[in-house]
Amino acid sequence: MSPAESTSEAEGFPAGAAAGRGTNVAVAAADVVKRFGRLEVLRGVSLEVGRGEVVVIIGPSGSGKTTFLRCINHLEKIDGGRIAVNGRLIGYRERSDGSLAEAPVRTIADRRSEIGFVFQSFNLFPHMTALMNVACGPLRVKRLPRRRSLDEAAALLERVGLADKLEARPTQLSGGQQQRVAIARALAMQPSLMLFDEATSALDPEMVGEVLAVIRDLAKGGMTMIVVTHEMGFAAEVADRVVMMDNGQIVEEGPPTQMFRAPAQVRTRDFLSKVL
Amino acid sequence: MVATLSMSAPWSYAAGLHFDWVFFWHALVRPNSSFLLGFATTIYISIIAMALAIAVGLLLALGRRSRLWPLRAFASIYIWIVRGTPLLVQLVIVYDGFSAMGLLSFTDVTVLGIDVQGVVQAGIVTLALNEAAYMAEIIRAGIASVGVGQSEAGLSLGMTPGQVMRRIVLPQAARLIVPPLGNDFNAMMKSTSLLATIGVSELFLNAEEINSLTFRTFEIYSVAALYYLFLTTVWTLIQSTIEARLQSQLGIPRPPTFRQRLLGTGWRPMGGRVRDAA
Repeated sequence: MSPAESTSEAEGFPAGAAAGRGTNVAVAAADVVKRFGRLEVLRGVSLEVGRGEVVVIIGPSGSGKTTFLRCINHLEKIDGGRIAVNGRLIGYRERSDGSLAEAPVRTIADRRSEIGFVFQSFNLFPHMTALMNVACGPLRVKRLPRRRSLDEAAALLERVGLADKLEARPTQLSGGQQQRVAIARALAMQPSLMLFDEATSALDPEMVGEVLAVIRDLAKGGMTMIVVTHEMGFAAEVADRVVMMDNGQIVEEGPPTQMFRAPAQVRTRDFLSKVL
Repeated sequence: MVATLSMSAPWSYAAGLHFDWVFFWHALVRPNSSFLLGFATTIYISIIAMALAIAVGLLLALGRRSRLWPLRAFASIYIWIVRGTPLLVQLVIVYDGFSAMGLLSFTDVTVLGIDVQGVVQAGIVTLALNEAAYMAEIIRAGIASVGVGQSEAGLSLGMTPGQVMRRIVLPQAARLIVPPLGNDFNAMMKSTSLLATIGVSELFLNAEEINSLTFRTFEIYSVAALYYLFLTTVWTLIQSTIEARLQSQLGIPRPPTFRQRLLGTGWRPMGGRVRDAA
């Protein structure tokens, strides 16, 4: 590494992170580095996502897609770079010298409340009904009145096609139904950004469609989304932009037609030839 | 030989072996008021000490998970010492030792119009602090059993780590905490008999006093044993009710009650998952 490069790394990204407030940029990730011990899983990932844009991240297992997504709501700490959502840093605050320190617990929680996250394994709360799963965010985090929280939760469950499952426990629901409850739970916080982490990978094949339909509706409704998925057909259909990751880096990105029909990079072609 | 055995039971003539059934039944069914007071003392000491132990144990369990190393160290050392020394020794240190050193002596106080002797306070405090060390380990194991995905789901909704612990993790950990906790409470109700050694007028001390007055040793200690057995039996019933309730909160069907078995309502024979054809 040349001295010039190391200097620019030390200075960080003066413009990248602060940009976006009041602009069209929903997510601004700049040169994100993440290590697990000695393993570098993200090696300088930079991505900007516009408001209302649907970005689908594809790539082989272990390429860092999920880790990157988890960094965006600070479920993972980052070891370098910075991530801002709606112009505000996620997980960190900037010291006067420009370096980053982890933000107070409250601030981290506040930022996360604006970001919906849908997990591969649903992670519904088993000790609550479907209705309470959806209502608990507004109730406990936003501290909305109980009545209103429950009414809104019921409306959301209706929207994902589960109006008859309000009182069901997660153990009484199929995988597809659980994931739809999980999406409703994230939407209940009225997030400005939704992150989907392989939302259909843990589902039986016959249940994938019902979950994709819900995500598709959200995309049509103008929700800003970053979707990590292995469903290439769905990616082609719903994405405004497809991002190919491999080995902790973004290899290539572009509109779905270009990415799926005429990828520029060999690694993208190799990956697509295996999964399509 | 044969002649001897065919006589009326030879063991009834053994020297001094005589069970006073009249005394036994009287002591069991119509105990005197101070014995009953001792029984009540055993019950309330157990309940208060356990409640305190759960609170302190929770703090210790959280302390062991803290990001601050002094808290982790304190909790670990506390648990190490308390679990490594006998309760009886702890009792005499707290009640006799501390006051002999002039560190702390328990004096009688009145709480909500009830007089609480210093020695009872010492007993409750020691039992609670002792049990807290065990509770801490039970609670810690319960917390650890709740998957990390549950915490992440709570955090991603914007809950603080404290809210996640209270609303998401602890309610689920409770199901795993209650069985060993109930076991410990059972043990603690019996351990209260050790408080007799420092002079708490609980069930066992009252039995000892009756023994020294009447010399009906076997009879009165049998009565005491039956009273302890009654307590632990009642607790077992309460505990199974609590466990069933926690199970049903997690959507695990309760086993049918006697009435449900009889009338056949609300009992799914397989007790399995309800799945939609969709």
